[in-house]
Amino acid sequence: MSAVFKHELRSYFHSLTAYVFGAFLLAFMGLGAMLYNIQAAYSNFEYVLNFGSLVLVVIVPILTMRVLAEERKQKTDQLLYSLPITAVEIILGKYLALLVLFLIPMGVISLYPLIFSQFGDVYLPTSYGSILAFFIMGSALIALGMFISSLTDNQGLAAGIGIAIILFNYYSVSLSEQVSSTAIGSVIATLVLILALGAVIRYLTKNENLAFWCCIALIALVMVLFYVDSSAFEGLLPQLMTTLSLFDRFTTIVNGVFDMTAIVYYLSIIVFFLFLSVQSLEKRRYN
Amino acid sequence: MITVEHLTKCYGDFMAVKDLSFEIEEGHVYGFLGPNGAGKSTTMNIMTGCLSATEGHVRIDGHDIFEEPKKAKKLIGYLPEQPPLYLNETPLEYLRFVGQAKGLKGAELEAQIREVMELTRIEDMRNRSIAALSKGYRQRVGIAQALLGRPKVIILDEPTVGLDPIQIIEIRDLIRQLGQDHTVIFSSHILSEVQTICDQIMMIAQGQLVAFDQPENLEKRLLSPNEITLVSDARPDQAAEILAQVEHLTQVDVSGEESGITTLHLKTDAQDIHTVSRAIFFAFARADQALLEMSLKKASLEDIFLELTEQSPAEETAGEQEVDAL
Repeated sequence: MSAVFKHELRSYFHSLTAYVFGAFLLAFMGLGAMLYNIQAAYSNFEYVLNFGSLVLVVIVPILTMRVLAEERKQKTDQLLYSLPITAVEIILGKYLALLVLFLIPMGVISLYPLIFSQFGDVYLPTSYGSILAFFIMGSALIALGMFISSLTDNQGLAAGIGIAIILFNYYSVSLSEQVSSTAIGSVIATLVLILALGAVIRYLTKNENLAFWCCIALIALVMVLFYVDSSAFEGLLPQLMTTLSLFDRFTTIVNGVFDMTAIVYYLSIIVFFLFLSVQSLEKRRYN
Repeated sequence: MITVEHLTKCYGDFMAVKDLSFEIEEGHVYGFLGPNGAGKSTTMNIMTGCLSATEGHVRIDGHDIFEEPKKAKKLIGYLPEQPPLYLNETPLEYLRFVGQAKGLKGAELEAQIREVMELTRIEDMRNRSIAALSKGYRQRVGIAQALLGRPKVIILDEPTVGLDPIQIIEIRDLIRQLGQDHTVIFSSHILSEVQTICDQIMMIAQGQLVAFDQPENLEKRLLSPNEITLVSDARPDQAAEILAQVEHLTQVDVSGEESGITTLHLKTDAQDIHTVSRAIFFAFARADQALLEMSLKKASLEDIFLELTEQSPAEETAGEQEVDAL
């Protein structure tokens, strides 16, 4: 694992990726600090983080797009498969390298509240709590980006899909107010989700029967539930969209409540997508 | 050393490898021969753990490649068809990564890197970007990578493809040199190459092993249905008459007649070709006709190969797709 980790880290600093990622994050945070802390003279650094979370939508997919897609394209994945290291070690090594890259600009950013506290009253626990939560949320997004990169050998596609998904997640709370909250609307949305899940299963396992029967079983389940208790579906879609939003939970923390369920949610997202990335890497040997 | 048992690999409906079994012993250079799409790369990828098998087992020194991948992979160095190089790195950085991944550390790592760079003669290029290296040098960096960790078996997938003649000769020499203290398996579709370097040849066609023997034995085995070319003063009809007295001739063709000199092409099914050539000689002598030339054609590996692959029982499957690329 350490070999992969060191190798990844070195290759990020070889290319511009690490610098571009750090520079964008710092520039955006600096802009936020300028607007909120200096011009508007707020003493809350967490507002800056809330503002800065938007930049993650773009820079995380750009950071993660090449992590596995490039290996596949250059056929260096064959080397990784033939080396005496496991898929788990490969994924963890790569993920930790990405986290270190994220940690470096975050280290710089965590100096800001200290600097501001020299000139005014900054409530440090909220600031640092938010910085920690911001880092964990970013780590969850990186895990998601890594999984997307493992699905394709095209970096651009990986970045595009990543941006689309994270952007959707960013706005999902605002969007949830616009979508239908009726029971039938939720059922239709659930069915669409099930079909999408079926497509993912079909893609990952190359097994049409499995995907088909999973879809049928889930659709049947939804239908039965709908007939038993249709009121349970009312407002399900907007609720689902709010629950899945990573950014909404971060807002709670910014508002001064260090919500442990948010942290647990982020950590489970990380584990989930790392697991899927390992599966995706393993699966390549089985097709 | 390596045991392959009943290996089968399907891609959807297409069977790339069918029930392949063989055993590789230590200390030989094995040539893995077959036309494109025969299943060479697929087999090698499975043997090195890069690909899963649909059925069957591969054991390296008793370690199953699927069940104990770490132990098994430590015994193998593999160079895939396309050398898996990180183009933005230098050979030194690249080898350092591979060495570390193979569990080497510190002074041992540096010593082995020096050793393999010396062996593959890439020391001068160690600090250049791999992207700037020629194909021959890239191939050598790929081989150097396979040698790190001193594996017992080196598996090379078509190491000479796409190289110029001088590079090909250099890589062949290198393989021969590696064969002195490693077991080497390398694939190729060039017969002469395999014939000169290997002490054992495995031929594969349509996913099945059609021959596994030493090059000489393989020739010997298939030498019997042989060909004789005759050049004689006799007219074609006279020659045919004379040859009618000779036994064991399965085919007589007149391939040319020019200013009274006839060239004939014969095929025989005799066990010993010399009994036939002797009979031909005396038959012509009895008829008082001069025999100007008589040459016995030894089957080349090319012929053996064509014959074996044509004979292979898998012909009923029409699907000859190219799955070699994977």
